[in-house]
Amino acid sequence: MDSLEQLQSSLIDRVAAAGDLETLEQLRVQALGKKGELTQRLKTLGSLSPDERKEAGQGLNRVKEALNAAIESRRGDLEETALEARLAKEAIDVTLPARPAEVGRIHPISQTWEELVAIFGEMGFSVAEGPHIEDDFHNFTALNIHESHPARQDMDTFYLRPAEDGSRKVLRTHTSPVQIRTMLSEKPPIRIIVPGRTFRADHDATHSPMFHQVEGLVIDKKTHMGHLKGTLTAFCRAYFGIDDLPLRFRPSYFPFTEPSAEVDIGCSREGGELKIGPGKDWLEILGSGMVHPKVLANCGIDPEVYQGFAFGMGIERIAMLKYGFPDLRIFYETDLRWLKHYGFVPLELPSLVRGS
Amino acid sequence: MKFTLAWLKDHLETEASFKEITDTLSMIGLEVEGIEDRAEALKAFTVARVKEARQHPNADRLRVCIVDTGREEVQVVCGAPNAKTGMLGVFAPVGSYVPGTEITLKAGNIRGEESNGMLVSEREMGLSDDHEGIIELSEDVPLGTPFARVAGLDDPVIEIAITPNRGDCLGVRGIARDLAAAGLGTLKPLDETPVPGVFESPIKWRRDLPEDQQHLCPFVAGRSFRNVKNGPSPKWMQDRLRAIGLRPISALVDITNYVTFGLNRPLHVFDADKVKGDVVMRLAKPGSEIVALDGDTYSLDETMVVIEDDAGPEGIGGIMGGEVSGCTEETTNVFLEAALFDPVRVAESGRKLGIHSDARYRFERGVDPNFVLPAVEVASRLILELCGGEASAVVTAGELPAWDRQVSLRPSRTATLCGVEIAADRQGEILERLGFAVGQDGDRLTAAVPSWRPDIEGEACLVEEVLRIHGYDAIPEVDLPRETYLPKAALSPSQRRVAATRTALAWRGMLEGVTFSFVSSKEAALFGGMPDALRLDNPISADLDVMRPTPLANLASAAVRNADRGYGDLALFEVGPQYHDDSPKGQATVAAGIRAGESQGRNWTAAPRPVDAFDAKGDAEAVLAACAAPTGNLQVTPDAPAWYHPGRSGVLRLGPNVLAQFGELHPRVLKALDLKGPAVAFEVFLDRVPLPRAGKQKPALLTLSAFQPVSRDFAFLVDEDVPAEKLLRAARGADKALISDVALFDVYRGKGVEPGKKSLAIAVTLQPREATLTDQEIEAVAEKVVKQVTTATGGALRA
Repeated sequence: MDSLEQLQSSLIDRVAAAGDLETLEQLRVQALGKKGELTQRLKTLGSLSPDERKEAGQGLNRVKEALNAAIESRRGDLEETALEARLAKEAIDVTLPARPAEVGRIHPISQTWEELVAIFGEMGFSVAEGPHIEDDFHNFTALNIHESHPARQDMDTFYLRPAEDGSRKVLRTHTSPVQIRTMLSEKPPIRIIVPGRTFRADHDATHSPMFHQVEGLVIDKKTHMGHLKGTLTAFCRAYFGIDDLPLRFRPSYFPFTEPSAEVDIGCSREGGELKIGPGKDWLEILGSGMVHPKVLANCGIDPEVYQGFAFGMGIERIAMLKYGFPDLRIFYETDLRWLKHYGFVPLELPSLVRGS
Repeated sequence: MKFTLAWLKDHLETEASFKEITDTLSMIGLEVEGIEDRAEALKAFTVARVKEARQHPNADRLRVCIVDTGREEVQVVCGAPNAKTGMLGVFAPVGSYVPGTEITLKAGNIRGEESNGMLVSEREMGLSDDHEGIIELSEDVPLGTPFARVAGLDDPVIEIAITPNRGDCLGVRGIARDLAAAGLGTLKPLDETPVPGVFESPIKWRRDLPEDQQHLCPFVAGRSFRNVKNGPSPKWMQDRLRAIGLRPISALVDITNYVTFGLNRPLHVFDADKVKGDVVMRLAKPGSEIVALDGDTYSLDETMVVIEDDAGPEGIGGIMGGEVSGCTEETTNVFLEAALFDPVRVAESGRKLGIHSDARYRFERGVDPNFVLPAVEVASRLILELCGGEASAVVTAGELPAWDRQVSLRPSRTATLCGVEIAADRQGEILERLGFAVGQDGDRLTAAVPSWRPDIEGEACLVEEVLRIHGYDAIPEVDLPRETYLPKAALSPSQRRVAATRTALAWRGMLEGVTFSFVSSKEAALFGGMPDALRLDNPISADLDVMRPTPLANLASAAVRNADRGYGDLALFEVGPQYHDDSPKGQATVAAGIRAGESQGRNWTAAPRPVDAFDAKGDAEAVLAACAAPTGNLQVTPDAPAWYHPGRSGVLRLGPNVLAQFGELHPRVLKALDLKGPAVAFEVFLDRVPLPRAGKQKPALLTLSAFQPVSRDFAFLVDEDVPAEKLLRAARGADKALISDVALFDVYRGKGVEPGKKSLAIAVTLQPREATLTDQEIEAVAEKVVKQVTTATGGALRA
């Protein structure tokens, strides 16, 4: 018995002393392999009497089990140590910058355009567009701006080279010709917004030869100026994100609306800083009115049956007011420093229900 | 339009405060653009006496003055030559802001003498350029009186914006009438009683207009004055004219300006002694010239109405008088003109001549035809009062056009058109206060339009008149009823693609620009040029004189500008219009982009890489994918237009339909723009991308195979000019059922490959569907691939 116990303790001591997985495996083979010490001893059991065989067999199996357990335990320890060593070796400098994958930016005009679509879309408006190169009829005459109208001189119109018959195409001075095109091609009810490029021959700190407007048009049998006020109030509050933003309507004049109104939003200029919201001052942001009966008639719509409103505002202007861009001209400069700073990450399109 | 508060009160009897007046103006459509209260700005400046002026002990040109301000005595060092003991001047104490020098005064010591404030000149007050000396006042002003009051500057100036329809408010009286209608007081009567003529006017009016153009000047009135004395106008008149930005000239001229601005009635005065014969309203003789009152010479044509005497044109009708017959200080005999001119012709002639005058501005917007004769009387009274002399009988030519315009109003329209309920009598009352003669016709109000309101044409105009005086604040806020419970799509499929394109390109690291629709001819020429029909007739500069052929032209210039600022590595795009012709369909939406310099810049994970055509190809393909183009069916051909490098560019097309082009920009283009390469670009023609069929939302049904795919690599040696696309197409077609993907993973030239050839390596993935592939089956497909490729390309499997 002594020798069996000695064998067990000597084997287990050697297992515990194994410094690496290779040595451990060698030990296992020496003890339990085909020619291993224990295996050999087990083979000798056949020559013993049944009683002796049983006793010796049980003894040897206990040693075998104990040895297996010791090997597995030691293997676990050694594997753990090896893994730790490997991990330590594999460490990297995680402060190094990641692989660059630069995301671009959406221009503020496009962003504002989508914001307009999101808000007016909820109110049932669809987006209409039209050509930038217009004829006199759509840009002026149909809108009740006759050749001699002073408003026509005030608009600083860009003209293209005269055609053979002497007529000159114009770059549309406003998005309003799309009103005309829509009313000529569709039957009321009409409910559209028209965002787009517009052109005036003017270039200074606050005027650009090209800029963007958004036009709105509603034509049906019942829409009146109260609806205009409701629509613009809802829009301005949603756009600026100010639930109690006050609006003020003032009488004004546009050849294509009657009555006409300019619309101011509330603001304060205390301390020289413009802040939009309830305050002592007013800031003009758009022009509007009830579509002039002559304009309806020019489009073949009976002004005794149909009526509605129109409005128009500058996209750059409302973008500057909302986001605080200080200068107009740099909008079109494509200066990448400006685009990176003021542009929008293309994560989400504006949406009222998403709150984005 | 500027006017002063006192001037307004000449016409308006009112108890209203200044603020009530200015607030009301804006709310009745006469938008206040500015208020200038100079009394407030000049508050610190008061009348003071120089009690003693003695020579400065240490400076020849300076005097030391003891100034009595009425409250205290202060010492001031003064450099003005006219500072002398006993004089009355204007004193600015320490701490006051001096507008002419933009300096706030501090106490100082000038060469040893204390100086506490300043005696000021007109220039220092910002009143004129006069700097000969300090202001010297007459003796009868009490010390301490605010200088603004002495100088007639204590009358606040209001500036309002006049919309083109409100010519009637280009005179102070019209503004007063509107304010009275709005309930701010009553309009004072104007003395229009005739001034009796005591002699026959030696100058008569004649009209000599073609039969069909009588309307150009239907009526003119005038009258002579003799033995007048034309000196400076009185101070009160000068103060008012100065306050609104006019320069006083002489009593006669100032009177015409005063009536122009006060009553919206342009007038002209001739020096009667310089008029030869009678004066005739006629069309100018072609080629005739006139030196106008502004001193410039204008060539006239036969469309322009002139006032002519025996010597030639003496005035341009409704626009400007002539210099030769104009009044001067020496004028003693005067002939007055008050005429009616056709607004359209005045506008046209004024535009042709480039003259912007107060008269033109008013005639263009239409003046009151019924006020011609009353204006003659008002002006006559002023001339006699200020210049003395005698007036002749009034002479006229032509006939006053009959003014008779009736418009009717259904009082219910204010509710149906504006959502505001206003009682019918209230509506009638408002119109009456505005000068309409109101009657009743059944349930309609009839309104005779006053002669000063040519803008009132129909019922909607009356609704606006009623509402603006009643107040726009009464308009309720009403929700626009929904046409459908849930909103329909606001965007069409092609509009949605624009937003998708932007998002796709921004996610590829590109910055979106929005650039002008026009470029310079030079830039346009680099990108295909533009037809003459798309040139601007009146460009604002030579840099922007033609519509752009492609947004790429603008982006290329933007790349140059950014590079010049030190940002040469860039990726820019724009989704915007290009122009083909001047028809409504001659405009298309293009997504264009440019990349220049090195991709991603320098970083530790990879060496910097110059941008190349495949960056641009990837951009174009990303846009096409975002637009749901049938990308699998696209062909690539090497025939991009001339602004691309001919060997490094391509076209993505569906048969004849070119959807996109991409590649390196042509070195000639880079050189012309002075853009340092490399630079690559793309253009995707969004309108040409076929729209997905409506309603096709479901993708094809997916069947998942239970068996693993197998991949086999092949390398082929092909001639240099064999396009890779051809090889890939052949490999894909070798067994359409089994081959699920073919990827090109290597292009090799060099050792082992003879010159003129290249090695293309592909990985072919086989996806079995019914059973795992046997080696024989795999071998059979591989043979097919080799056969197809070698047949199609003339190449050989690389050993």
